[in-house]
Amino acid sequence: MLEHLFPSQLARGAAECFFAALLSFAVLLLVRRRGVDLLAELPLAQLRGIAQIVAVGAILTWMLRGPQWTSLLVLAGMMLAAASIVRRRAKGIPRAFTLAWFSIAGGAGSVLVALIVVGVIPLKVAMLVPVGSMVIAQTMNMQSIFLDRFQGEVTSHVGEIESALALGASPDVALGRYLRAAYKASLIPSLDNVRSLGIVWIPGIMAGMVLSGASPVYAALYQFVVLTTIFSAAALTCLISSYLVTKRVFTAQEQLLLRG
Amino acid sequence: MTGTNYLLECREVSRELPAPESKLLLRGVSFGVAKGEVLAILGPSGAGKSTLLRLLNRLDEPTAGTILLDGQDYRELCPRALRRRVGMIMQRAHLFPGSVAQNVCFGPSQHGLSMGAAEVESLLDQVGLAGYSDRDAGTLSGGEAQRVAITRALANSPELLLLDEPTSALDPASKESVEQLLGSIVRERALACLWVTHDAGQAGRMADSVLRLEAGRVADFGSASHWLSRPQQALENEETGVGNA
Repeated sequence: MLEHLFPSQLARGAAECFFAALLSFAVLLLVRRRGVDLLAELPLAQLRGIAQIVAVGAILTWMLRGPQWTSLLVLAGMMLAAASIVRRRAKGIPRAFTLAWFSIAGGAGSVLVALIVVGVIPLKVAMLVPVGSMVIAQTMNMQSIFLDRFQGEVTSHVGEIESALALGASPDVALGRYLRAAYKASLIPSLDNVRSLGIVWIPGIMAGMVLSGASPVYAALYQFVVLTTIFSAAALTCLISSYLVTKRVFTAQEQLLLRG
Repeated sequence: MTGTNYLLECREVSRELPAPESKLLLRGVSFGVAKGEVLAILGPSGAGKSTLLRLLNRLDEPTAGTILLDGQDYRELCPRALRRRVGMIMQRAHLFPGSVAQNVCFGPSQHGLSMGAAEVESLLDQVGLAGYSDRDAGTLSGGEAQRVAITRALANSPELLLLDEPTSALDPASKESVEQLLGSIVRERALACLWVTHDAGQAGRMADSVLRLEAGRVADFGSASHWLSRPQQALENEETGVGNA
């Protein structure tokens, strides 16, 4: 129906955004009947989201015409932004920004570099930016879950951790059980995504590739590559975090700082 | 205070929380404990008793003053080695998931020592838990769990024992038996012991000397017999903090 009303692609896109936003307002009106009022937050979040994504679209249009290595700069910027978002989830952890930045750069960064070197991800703006951003965004989510769960585990087990320290345990041993719980919790969603691929959901990149005319089977195989890459990047990022975070939550005299 | 015979000595120890709290928890606390001596630490809630014990196990750092263990400055000792020499038993047992034996073996295993089953059983026998080795630590009663916590601390063969109200979370029957158990262990092993309690009667039964803290300062330090010879009403007031300016 919209195609007939808005022949221009840009106008049609704006109209689609409007109807999608209208639908979300209608849903939140229903949600408000259950006593949860998010209506005040929604307009600002949507305006911010659309401004950001349109800006990215404009930058991509400009980048597609320029040198391909600029995509690496964009990914580096995304990593900084991701680290800044993770820091908000890890308020109790000292120097959380550098922890998140080192982990994402080391984890997601090295997995992406390995795949670029092998040629799995071509060094092209059109491919590297969307795939890289998906990997970084998912890695950011996993790391937020990891640090949030880690803080929760530690603050609710201060007695056990300090009992272990009081018996002469190292910080690594005292925290080990809680690090493992947080690590598992952070990776389960990513593992479930790989497991449910094709059955529960057909992810965006595959849909996009099929829509742009690629063979559905190749698109499916490439989707597996992307999800496995996300899993590896998240697992490596959280692994680096697990080493760095131990040093952040103890003093040099091995005294627990994160006590709730 | 000369302190030449003290196993543990505190000299003008203070602990202040950094900004934004900026609260002085302990101010210039000085005392000593000799080998085989039991020192009761009394005082109203918030007087700094648990704060002091945490400094002595180095779970926190003093902001001023010196702590000496057997004449050696705490700061010269590796924290892990120090904590093995200074056993700590908290208000709650905080046992680790796993069997009773795994809990008992935890301390020695941290410095590469393995305990044999017979050794574990012998230690458990001493605390009245013979045959408990394979029991799941999560299924024990409060009194049993506290006994395992005591055994776990003893497995490290500490020279000094810090007891942070070890019987306050127990029912009356368990409280009495755990108190008796701790008393006999401390005497048999001639351990130096700091016993934080709210109970003046417990201090009278167990301690050789008494340190009374008030608002982070030492209000009284002397022999238990001298302290207990005061009128009963004064003791009760000190215990509850009533009348403390």
